[in-house]
Amino acid sequence: MRQFELEKKTTRDAFGAAVFELAKEDPKILAIGADTTGNLGMKDMAKEMPDRVINIGIAEQNMMCVASGLAATGYRVFGGSFAPFISMRSLEQFRTFCAYPHLNVVMAGGMGGLSAANEGVTHQCPEDLSIMRTIAGNVVVYPADTASTRAVVKALGKHEGPAYIRLGKFSFRKVFDENYKFEVGKANILEEGKDVAILACGAVIYRALQAADVLREQGIQATVVDCSCIKPLDEETVLAVAEKTGCVVTVEDSTIIGALGGAVAELLGENLPTPMKRVGIKDCFTESGDLDLLMDKYGIGVQDIVDGAKAVMAKK
Amino acid sequence: MDDKRVKELEIFAAQIRLETFKELTTLGFGHVGGAMSIVDALAVLYGEAMNIDPQKKDWEERDYFSLSKGHAGPALYATLALKGYFPMEMLKTLNQNKTKLPSHCSRVHTPGVDLTTGSLGQGISTGIGAALASRVLGGKNYAYCIVGDGECDEGQIWEGVLFAAHQKLDNFVLFVDSNKKQLDGTIEEVCSLGNLEAKFEAFDWHVQSVYGHSVKAIAEAVENAKAQEGEPSVIILNTVKGKGCRPAEEAAMNHHMMFPNAEENQKEQARMEQVLEDLQAEWRAM
Repeated sequence: MRQFELEKKTTRDAFGAAVFELAKEDPKILAIGADTTGNLGMKDMAKEMPDRVINIGIAEQNMMCVASGLAATGYRVFGGSFAPFISMRSLEQFRTFCAYPHLNVVMAGGMGGLSAANEGVTHQCPEDLSIMRTIAGNVVVYPADTASTRAVVKALGKHEGPAYIRLGKFSFRKVFDENYKFEVGKANILEEGKDVAILACGAVIYRALQAADVLREQGIQATVVDCSCIKPLDEETVLAVAEKTGCVVTVEDSTIIGALGGAVAELLGENLPTPMKRVGIKDCFTESGDLDLLMDKYGIGVQDIVDGAKAVMAKK
Repeated sequence: MDDKRVKELEIFAAQIRLETFKELTTLGFGHVGGAMSIVDALAVLYGEAMNIDPQKKDWEERDYFSLSKGHAGPALYATLALKGYFPMEMLKTLNQNKTKLPSHCSRVHTPGVDLTTGSLGQGISTGIGAALASRVLGGKNYAYCIVGDGECDEGQIWEGVLFAAHQKLDNFVLFVDSNKKQLDGTIEEVCSLGNLEAKFEAFDWHVQSVYGHSVKAIAEAVENAKAQEGEPSVIILNTVKGKGCRPAEEAAMNHHMMFPNAEENQKEQARMEQVLEDLQAEWRAM
């Protein structure tokens, strides 16, 4: 089974650094945070461009509408806070003031999914992808590591309209390198196999690859797809791999209700009913603790993916 | 401001009131109270204070306006139509299928609306964002915003008030439409605001309080506000909810009213037309 190294930097660091890169090229890019500019890797940008990094203070709702006002005058705004405060506390402000007017506002939710780990339920946010997916016209992305985060931010810098990007708290495993390509609405097939399709996003893509290794040792050939762009979902690719393999497993450190698993189930249910398993957090609140151990405990272990693959293969 | 200019703004306000009433009675219902109470402020903003060009709605030097109490949209729509942002005929479509004039203001639908608003407590922040954007760009744009007094119950108002003062946002001018009523009753009954002037002063804002149906007083207050440096300004408009619309003024609660009686609507419209004609006659005699 392949091993993946922990990165030195976080996807939050990568987010701020990529926004800074964009800002150097485009004077119409602003950064905004709610006492979270440092937390989102924007310190270097703030040092060099103090006027273009706006710190609102601990007031996410105000931040979201200020971002709306900035964007309405022609700026492209990248901002964020912790995932629960972006996707829940200031959700209405994002929906009505950023998404409804279809403004160029990209909001990052740091500590998304389970990644707040030791911080506990108040700061964890397995719900963010599900919630943000329901907002009309909103792009929802969950990159796996720093290289893919940079590619995502660069792509969102050219995208017209609102977007949400889930970031982690601690470092993620390095899965991709600087050759990673990201396009809004496109998935990447990482490995091809005929027996089962494993679709994953973000910090658990490496676990999907490890599960493919375990399955291969048992004679099972898995297709592994990087579905970091949860919305718009790459329907063409998802339908193609489902048709080819005849069964699907989705993997994410999100609630299984309405996130990547929900999106894939909706697509397959309407177009190509296919045996599938959603590997993710069941309908429960989690607890404080080490991220890897929490993922194992709440059903996102490599063995859970392997078991899920075998279960859906048996239903073919 | 000379008397003749004051009279012109009063005429503009009377036109806005009349057209707002026609919008609401065409539809048969609407937020008449809070629309009528801000008409004089709108007349000053769009008739005098704001740097705008209806023929160039994307003009970079334009000032911005956030109607945070977005339910008063019909009064803004009347104002924009009278200024030539879109045909007067469009006012008849308020809130109906396929309209470009939704109940609450939307930048993607209505020509002349830069900032989407409607959910209370939030438009102040978008206005602050627009003012801040101008400063970052080195522009001279002002952003104006009207919030309701009941709207000041919302916590986000005070997030914005704190932040604008911290930013020393002197190109942001806030109006509080103090019409003393909200949906469930009077401000005093529902959630008293206490001494609003003192509250804003405590947040380090430049504070003025004026009679909100005097275009002259409002215009002077705006001039004072623009002269301030290093602090945002608030102008508290002491208003009457439903001002200038007799059925609304006579109703105890007038936040949202039905207008089912065509004969009475016509009678009130005729009265408002007479008010306008009288003002125009006074102007001609000046």
